[in-house]
Parts: sequence; structure tokens; C-alpha cells
Amino acid sequence: MTIDFTKDWRNVALLAVLLAAAFFLPSWLRFLLQTALAGGLVALGVMIQMRAGLVSFGQGLYYCIGGYAVGLLAAKAGVAEATLVIAAAVISSVVIALILGPLLSRYREIFFAMLTLAVSMILYGLLVKAATLGSTDGFNVPPVTFFGFLPAQEARGDWTYVLTALLVVVACFLIARYLASGAGALLEAVAENELRLEYLGSSARQAVYIVYVIAAAVSGLGGALAAIATGHVDPEMANWTTSGGFVFVALLAGRGSAIAPVLGFFLLELVRTYALDIAPNAWQLILGAVMLAVILLLPDGLWSLVRRAPK
Amino acid sequence: MTNQPLLVTDGLEKSFGGVVAARDISISVHAGETVAIIGANGAGKTTFVNMVTGYLTPSAGSISFRGRDITGLSPRQTARAGVRRSFQIAQIFPKLTALENIIIAEIAAEKESVGLTTPSLVRSRVEAGMALLARFGLESMAQRRTGTLPQGVRKQLDIAMAAVSNPEMILLDEPTSGVSADEKISMMDSVIAPLKSEKATVLFIEHDMDIVRRFADRVIAFYEGTILIDDGVDVVLNDAKVREFVIGGVYA
Amino acid sequence: MLKTIAILLDGLNYSAWLFLVAVGLTLIYGVMRILNIAHGAFYAIGAYSCATALGLYYSAGLPEAGAFLVMALVAVVVGMLVGLAIERGVLRHLYGQDEVLMVLITYALFLILEDSVKLIWGVESYFAFKPYAYFGFIDVGGLPYQVYDLLMVGLAVVLGVGLWIWLTRTRTGRLMTAVVADREISAAMGVNVTFIFATTFAVGTALAVVGGVATAPKIAVTPGIGVEVIILAFAVVVIGGLGSIPGAAIGALFAGYARAASVHLAPEFELFAIYAVMALVLAIRPHGLFARTDGRKI
Repeated sequence: MTIDFTKDWRNVALLAVLLAAAFFLPSWLRFLLQTALAGGLVALGVMIQMRAGLVSFGQGLYYCIGGYAVGLLAAKAGVAEATLVIAAAVISSVVIALILGPLLSRYREIFFAMLTLAVSMILYGLLVKAATLGSTDGFNVPPVTFFGFLPAQEARGDWTYVLTALLVVVACFLIARYLASGAGALLEAVAENELRLEYLGSSARQAVYIVYVIAAAVSGLGGALAAIATGHVDPEMANWTTSGGFVFVALLAGRGSAIAPVLGFFLLELVRTYALDIAPNAWQLILGAVMLAVILLLPDGLWSLVRRAPK
Repeated sequence: MTNQPLLVTDGLEKSFGGVVAARDISISVHAGETVAIIGANGAGKTTFVNMVTGYLTPSAGSISFRGRDITGLSPRQTARAGVRRSFQIAQIFPKLTALENIIIAEIAAEKESVGLTTPSLVRSRVEAGMALLARFGLESMAQRRTGTLPQGVRKQLDIAMAAVSNPEMILLDEPTSGVSADEKISMMDSVIAPLKSEKATVLFIEHDMDIVRRFADRVIAFYEGTILIDDGVDVVLNDAKVREFVIGGVYA
Repeated sequence: MLKTIAILLDGLNYSAWLFLVAVGLTLIYGVMRILNIAHGAFYAIGAYSCATALGLYYSAGLPEAGAFLVMALVAVVVGMLVGLAIERGVLRHLYGQDEVLMVLITYALFLILEDSVKLIWGVESYFAFKPYAYFGFIDVGGLPYQVYDLLMVGLAVVLGVGLWIWLTRTRTGRLMTAVVADREISAAMGVNVTFIFATTFAVGTALAVVGGVATAPKIAVTPGIGVEVIILAFAVVVIGGLGSIPGAAIGALFAGYARAASVHLAPEFELFAIYAVMALVLAIRPHGLFARTDGRKI
């Protein structure tokens, strides 16, 4: 069965083991993994929308909202408790998505892509002009506390890594459950034949609304974890080029598994780190060429490479 | 023909811009009937089906189903009310297998809102899906990707999907078009029997008068957007005007 | 009073600029159904080529007025060359793909071209201010205004009207519209779709390059200028309705005046204003103001 995701929990278990093992990585590499995991959640948000045939070219909106929610609370409101700031990040993303969802769920194809992009650029446009929030430079986010406990400087990396790994595993698990659920199966139906779905008595708009909100939640979480990991937020998080990167990863990772975008993002970051050293001005060129190659060489498999793999 | 009819349309009219596609369509269909709708292309048959199933909103007139006014409801709402349909060109999910198509139909038809964490592939859905495929003679297609199946099989699947929730009424838009002449009857056999076994009331649009004669107990002939005649099969098919404007005009 | 004049003129000037950078995008989408993200890179290539060509021209000590001829030449030659190279080299192999997939393909092209620009021109800034200052200022109701900016309005009008006449009054133009209506039927009726597509893409690209060339004397030409442009051009064409030339004009006016008003009245909302207008228009008219509606038949 191609809509069978019941085996995804094994992937998630594997992910958990990988993340635990990463504790023994050199700290620079583990930090890279940590930020990549955060970004990977956003790519995951893009991927689940792709299941419904929708490409969000503005998922950076929720990455940014999540990041700024943490940043504003920790830096401006003096609330640095990890559980609180992360909850606030997810909740604010969900609230915004609940408001925008009814409008966006009317759109398909490039109009969905364009409108998600526009909404994200609205936030970007506001933030680059917001002098109190550091305009284009953004601002630094103070370290978070864990139930009131502030780890010593040298141990903070360990603490935030564990937090990130834990939440990423939980998020992947929940998304895998969602994709394997009845509501998840309807996403494919939306992508394939919306008219048929409506005549079967189900609402395509509702299915899109649900996936949009869930994608916002997981992307907001990603933004929050990124802000905690790097200790910095800036408007670039909402810029369309950032969103384009998430689309890129989701596209390459395929729609097959909940953990693929997360791992894909890590690989991309790893390659980027080296590529930027070797050829700083050709990095995007390589990225674009890879993207073209995938589209050209896997013309049909691109959207469903993993899913369609023969069993 | 006891008690009140299942479907009643009263003075249905549809115009696009200034062009009237259907006018004064008043019919009533009783539970258990099998009604054929005939007429030349552009006579208003599909417009009628599209109005009854919510794709088009009538310009005038009303539709009631089981005594409930369903005029102007969306396709989804009419489907939920118990009126289902199939399509001239099979509307399926081509990248999924036949069983997956049916399972999607099952999920979509379920009354309660879909759980976000309840698995889609529960045993009950798979078993019901396989049973339904078997009823329509499609069990061997269960694991085949439907996009590559022959048109006739896709149309059967389309009808099977519409039949998932055992609807009281099902409208078939040209079920045998695109099927080769010698397969038309077996195709109809394979869909009408399972629908009738669940006591569905069937309306079908058909161009082939042999099919009409064989499967319908009543025929409604459309001509230029209006009903020419609505009566028993023999009466309609032998009617002079039907022979001239409907059968003779196109099928002579 | 001066503020009103400033808003009116700036709005007009900014609308003209937006129209120049967006009209090629809408032309290409209208005929080929490709929402071309690489359009932003074409703009950047235009700006860089212009700056380089002007630098060479001035260092040769030739008369200053001739610079405008150089600019026109660069716009046409570079635009046609780049457009044809991309269309013949890459895009023609990909026709018939899903529209969203085409967006991703042109996004990949955009990334490649952005870095190609860096590899060719480096990462330092280029300046070519002379043509901008050449015409000096004119007094408009007490407000001194750059003549160059007003000429850009003229250029936008001329190109817009020219394009409109070409599409509606000439044979090639009408054939292009026919291809939009139905590619298969056009091909069956003997319309050379390959030629139409190549022409459309080359002209669309040239229009982006014109935008870059005309803008180069006003700005510091630096890496990243294409990133912002493409996103503004999207806003313009989406407001007006994808694929519609009059739509692009109206969209440019909406976005141009939204920005001009916010720059003078509430500068912190400058970028916000444009996208807010776009979101608002789309909320009311889901496919833009001048959108064609495709009927769907069961």
C-alpha cells in the first residue's frame, strides 16, 4: 500500500538513535546538526503540504514567527523558560495559521505559492523596518532556562541539543502519525482529484486548512529551536530565499517519509559548510544545478521517489 | 410506487449568460427505480445531473431529496445527503491503487470528522474496500495503479467509489461511453447488479438504446433543454417525436 | 502640498519602474505559462551589463549623450542573447511540465544565474551615475524632480503601449495570443509554437534587462539586487492578474502608489504596503484584477 505509513515509527526510532549518537560528535558538527534539525522541521512543514500538491513558497513566515516569539520573550519580556518560549512559539504560529488558513485554503498551484510568499514577505517587510527590533540585523536571544535552571556557559550546548533532538523526534513521530491517518490520506486525494474528493463527501479546503495549520506548528517549532540554538533572530528568516531553501530540501527529500526532510536538511547544511569554504560564490550555482538535475533526471519520481520505490 | 417520491425536481432551469441549457425540468423518481435519461448532445442531460448533484446552481426551480430541499447545496453536501454520482470521464485518483481509491472514498464518506492520528489503514476499511471491489468484479485490480487501467475499468471504479456509502440514489453520467460496443452490456451488468443489490435508486444517462431497453424501467427523453417525454421504456422508445428528434437524429 | 506632489510623482515613477521589471514576467507567463523566477536574475544581468558598458564607454572619452544609445544597445543585445540561450538551452526541454514544477525549475535557474553574475562581475559594487545626472532637474509645482525619472515613466508607457499594439495588432502578436488559448490547436493549425515560445521568452527577458539597464544609473549595482526585484514583480503581476499586460500596468500603479504613500506618510510600512495590497487584492479577487477564468467542465 502506498498510503501505508505504519512503518514510519521505525524511522523515527532510528532518528532517535542517530540523535543520541550525535552526542559524541565534535561540538561544531553537533551544532551544525542542531541548527539543521531546526530548519529540517520547516522543510517537513513544506513537505506535508506538498502531499496535498501545494508548494508553500513562504514557509519562512512560521520559521520567523517561531524564532521571533522566542526572541521577543527572552530578550524583551524577560521570559527565558524553554518550555514557555517554545510553547509560545508554536501557539503563535498556530494562531496566525488559523487566521490565514481560511483565506489560503481557497488557493491552489502557483496561486497558493504566490500568496504564501506574499504573506511571508509582509512580515519580512515589517521586520526590516522595525528599528526597535534591530531592523535587518535582528537581535540576540539570551540563553534559555530549563525549569528555572540556567546551565553553565559550557554546558548550554549539551542542554539545547538534547532539547532539540527530543522535540524533533516527537514532532517527526506526530507528523508520521498524521500522515498515516485518515486526514493524512485525504491529502493525496486533494493533490490527485479535488473534484472527486468533494463528490465523495469530503472537504478539500478543510484538508488543506488542517495541513496548513499543522505545517505552521511544526515550522514555528523549528524557528523556536533555531533561535535557541543560534541565540539570534533576524528578518532573513521570513525572506523568500529562506523559504526557497526549505522548498528545495522538501523537493529533494521527497514526500515519502516524515524524517527525510529533516535528515535532508542536515546533509544540505553539511555540504553547504564545505562548499562555502571551497567556492563561496558558486554555492548557489551548485545548489541550482543539483535541483535542475533532480528535476530533469527524475521527471516523474521527483514528487514521489521514495513513495514509489518498488517493494 | 408507494408513498412519497425519493427525488423531486420542480421547474428546474439553468441558463448560462443568455443561453438556456435546461428549462422547466420537473420529474419525480421513486425509491428503487432505474431511470434512463436520453437525448442528443446538448439536450441538457448533463446540465440536469450537474444541478441535482450540486455542481451547478439552478437559475430557477427546486430540488428535493427525501422531502428535504437540496437546491443549491454544494457537491459535498448533496453527496452527504445521499445523492452520489459518477462521471462521463472517470474521476479517480490515478496515482493510487484501486483499493486506495476505495479507502479514500470510505474515509471521505465517514460521518464523524476524520481523526488526525487514527490510522487510515484499519482492518475494517480494507475489508470493506475489498468486499466492495469484489461486488463490482474489481478485486483483481485492488493493488493496481489506477491511472494505467483501461477506461472501462476506471469507469467501473468511479462508480464503485460513488457506491461506497451505499447511497440511496446514484446518478451515472454515460457509464458506457468510452467502452467498446461489445463490452457495454457486461459493463452495465457489472455495475447495475451491485447497485441494485444494495437497493440504490439509479438514474443513468445513456446513448445506446439497447442498454436503455435492457436496464431501465423508465425513460426520460430530453430535447433542447426540456423534457420531451417521461414514461415507460416501450412507450418512450416507440414515441414518434423521440424517434425523430432523439434516436433518429443522432443514432439512425 | 509639496508632499502631495511628491507622492504623486514618486508613485508614478515607482509604478513605471515596477511596470518595467514586471511586464516581461507577465508576458512570459501569459504565453508560456511559466512563472519565471529567473526574471530577477535577468534584471541583475541587465544592470551589471549596463554598468560595465557605460564604464567602458566613458573611459573611451566619447560624448556623454551617446551613453543612452549604448544603454539601448545593451538592453536589446544582452536581453535577446540571454533569453534565447536560456530558452533554447534549458527551458525548451521542459515544456509541458506542471506549472508549479516550472516555478521550481526557474528557481534553480535563478540560483545558477545569481552565482554566475558573482563569478563574472565579482562581489564589489558598480556605479554608473552619469546618465542619471545628465538631464538635471525640472521644477514640478515647486518640487525639483529628476528628469531621468520622468523619462522612465515615458519609457514604461512607450514599451507598454508598444507591447500592447504588438500583441493585438500584428500577426505574430495575435499568434502568440492564440498559443495561449490553445497550444495543441495552434500547433495543429500550423502555428510555429517553437518560434512563438522562443520569441516570447527572448522579448520577456529583454524587458527584464531593460528594467535593469534603466535602473543601473540610479543605484549601486551589487549582488542581490535581483532577489528583491523578482519578489516585487510577482506582487505586481499577481495583483493585476497573471498573464495580463494591462493587469501589470494596473498592478504597478497599485503597488507603486502604495509604496510612495507609505514612504512619505509611514516609512516603516514601505515594503509591507506593497504585499499588503497584494494580499488584499487576492483576498477579494482570488486570481488578480484582470485574471482570465478557466472554465471547468465535467
